[in-house]
Amino acid sequence: MRAGTSEPAMLSIRHLSKTYEGGVRALTDVSFDVPDGQFLAIIGLSGSGKSTLLRCINRLVEPTSGQIVWDGVDITAASRDETRRIRRQIGMVFQHFNLVHRSSVLTNVLAGRLGYVTPAWSLVNHFPKADVAKAMHELNRVGIPDKAHSRADELSGGQQQRVGVARALMQDPRMILADEPVASLDPVLAHSIMQYLELINREDNVMVLCSLHFLDLVHRYADRAIALNEGRLVFDGAPQEIDHARFKAIYGQDAERVG
Amino acid sequence: MAKTPNESGDRAPSRRLASLGRGLIYAVAVAGGILIYAYGFQVTQVSLEEARSPSRQERLVRILRALAEPDLVEYDEQETTAETSVWVPCPKTLPAFEPPSGTPSLSLEPRCGAPGERITAVGNGFPPGADGRVYFVPPNGIRLSQAEFRADTDGAFSVSIQLPERASPEVQTVLAAFQRNVGAPRLTRNAYDTWDKIVETVFMALLGTTFGTMVAVPLSFLAARNLMKDITGTVGGLALIVMALPVGALLGAIVSRVALAGSAAVTSSPFATAVVASASLAVVARTLRWAMPSEETSTPSLRIRAARIVALLVASLLGLLGSVLAARLMSYVGDQLAELLGLAAFIGTFLADLGDVLELILGAAAVGGVAVVVASLSGTLGARLRPRLPPSARRPYDLTLSALAGAVLGLLLGAFLAWLYRLVDVRVTVVAPAAVGAVVGLLLGWRAGTGDTFPIGLVVYNLTRTVLNVLRAVEPLIMVIVVAVWVGIGPFAGVLALSLHTVAALGKLFSEDVETIQSGPLEAVTATGATRLQMIVYAVVPQIVPTYVSLTMYRWDINVRLSTIIGFAGGGGIGFLLSQNANLGNYRAASAQILAIALVVTAMDYLSTYLRGKAV
Repeated sequence: MRAGTSEPAMLSIRHLSKTYEGGVRALTDVSFDVPDGQFLAIIGLSGSGKSTLLRCINRLVEPTSGQIVWDGVDITAASRDETRRIRRQIGMVFQHFNLVHRSSVLTNVLAGRLGYVTPAWSLVNHFPKADVAKAMHELNRVGIPDKAHSRADELSGGQQQRVGVARALMQDPRMILADEPVASLDPVLAHSIMQYLELINREDNVMVLCSLHFLDLVHRYADRAIALNEGRLVFDGAPQEIDHARFKAIYGQDAERVG
Repeated sequence: MAKTPNESGDRAPSRRLASLGRGLIYAVAVAGGILIYAYGFQVTQVSLEEARSPSRQERLVRILRALAEPDLVEYDEQETTAETSVWVPCPKTLPAFEPPSGTPSLSLEPRCGAPGERITAVGNGFPPGADGRVYFVPPNGIRLSQAEFRADTDGAFSVSIQLPERASPEVQTVLAAFQRNVGAPRLTRNAYDTWDKIVETVFMALLGTTFGTMVAVPLSFLAARNLMKDITGTVGGLALIVMALPVGALLGAIVSRVALAGSAAVTSSPFATAVVASASLAVVARTLRWAMPSEETSTPSLRIRAARIVALLVASLLGLLGSVLAARLMSYVGDQLAELLGLAAFIGTFLADLGDVLELILGAAAVGGVAVVVASLSGTLGARLRPRLPPSARRPYDLTLSALAGAVLGLLLGAFLAWLYRLVDVRVTVVAPAAVGAVVGLLLGWRAGTGDTFPIGLVVYNLTRTVLNVLRAVEPLIMVIVVAVWVGIGPFAGVLALSLHTVAALGKLFSEDVETIQSGPLEAVTATGATRLQMIVYAVVPQIVPTYVSLTMYRWDINVRLSTIIGFAGGGGIGFLLSQNANLGNYRAASAQILAIALVVTAMDYLSTYLRGKAV
């Protein structure tokens, strides 16, 4: 395996394994480091463990064994309260957007602040004025300030994903986990969403871990790519290094390149 | 598919055998069915013999006619009579026959007879269709009804009457009388009673639905598998919580008693009550704002957090005191208003009752609240302590705690049984339950293992489900019998029984709805660092609102139906009136109530369908 770059490692995944209750091995001994500010693409077939890997990092999925250390903090050993404080610094963007359909766009974006506000106040839907202003600012940033008071399910797919990005930005994240963020969108929308992630990565120096299906997106946006096959790390390097032989190793002998 | 001859040759006998077997099975099934239904007929006494008997049919017709004429309006009545003389027995010389004069008129054929003889009474000149009775009037003037008549289209009738058994030398009278309605119709007493009771019924249903829904909503989250399955912990942690709950409840009882006593000290004057209540609530609001800043980006120091916890504790005590005082004030103001308002006195009474209920709820909330706080504190303490133990000590630690928790539960159960059966033997009420509980706790702790994946959430889920299922199995008609013993026969008993059943029914339906929601938003909100409660408010609640509203409407509809019959078992409402009238044979009165029920249920049906259509 390739060693990390010369910069100090910010996120370090060590011997991570996950076996689900039914006995399905989703991850087997995965180790890699991600330096601060890197745009890392995670590629692999459906079911290769990409989603599980991303969800282990913010403990939506409990790893079976191994360690995830971020900024010197062992995420895997964090208590419940510590986990919440770690999660609020990690924004997450989902393939199916995962917005609350019947809530307004603004409420969906404000939900990104739930890790910071005092639970008792948020239960009665009270957010500090600064948070509401910030939510409008983030909606402005993703280009849909006029949709703030629309119901989330009235928006198109691309707009919904922008709300998803705005929700992640509300967290003032130091890391963004994007799980197939553009797999449900057409190519034009895909690029616009990817450009927002790129912008956040460049401007705010936020580390982005993004699982992707299309290699041209990987080439276009990622600093580095890792590949999973049946839960094992099979590639770690620059996107340009994925040649024909490596492609076959990642996607299987029968695979054809489509993009 | 084509078959070779060989194949079909092999299969033919086996197929015949199979069809024979199938025929046999059918025959046995049919015979069994006949047996079951024959026995069923015997047990349920299915018999048309009774139904065919003429006296029963006559009674049925009478009741049906009464039902067709609900007792709702009445008129002033005017009686018209016609009379003629009769002799029993016939005198030696019968006075000359005077042809009847005027209309209507009555004549007898013959005009005298032996005691007990049947004679014919003939009427003429009555209004066509007039209904009335023919009476025999002895010298004492008391009317003895002999027959009913109905005049034909010419205003004539002819009925057979029986002469009295007792002979009398005096002239006696036969009289035909009918009533005629005059003037404008007016509502009967029964109509007013029916109106009162149907209003009572609708409100019983409304209150039962409201109270039941308020409890069912939080319960439904505990009974939803998808929300509960991820809550796990160590056996020791669960044991600590189990042990802390009764201790906390006891503490809470003391706290609420102190608060009630403390508030009693200042409630001598309403003015002082108002001042103290508002002052303490204002202090609470300020404290809360300090102790719970609306947003924090960094973790505060331990000292500040400790200070906040103390402040919150003091604030909740003050809040309890203030709320109790406010409730008392409400009762006081309500009572005053009830005296002042006259016709609208029920508003004052409502306020007073609400204050009373609030005080009751506050007492219960204090007990529950302190129990939860103590339990969660000890749970947190356990969670902090356990990782510091050497790994080899963790299992003994878990097992000790689970054995202790089992013993505590056993003791509680023992105390309950001792109270219920009035036992005094310490071995039975204390030693045995504690020992058995400890052993069971130890065994369960042993089975659960050492990890922190003990499914606490699923335990709570299964407990809630069980309670809901048991509660749902008891029909409200049966519940109301027990409740009526406690609060007395009347609508309040009905409200409580309906509430209880609504909790069970809606709790299950609600939780099933929660189990069908999309998990994506839950995951997304959890990923922002939200607590479980925040996740429920922001990701679960918006998804379930339409179905919850629709189900509640539906339940209201059902509760209206139930509340119409719950009076049969002592629950008040229109059913009470209906059962009384039916038992007394006042079928015309009962008919009015049946009509009212049909109208209200149909109206509710349309209303709830309409509102549900709006909600979704």
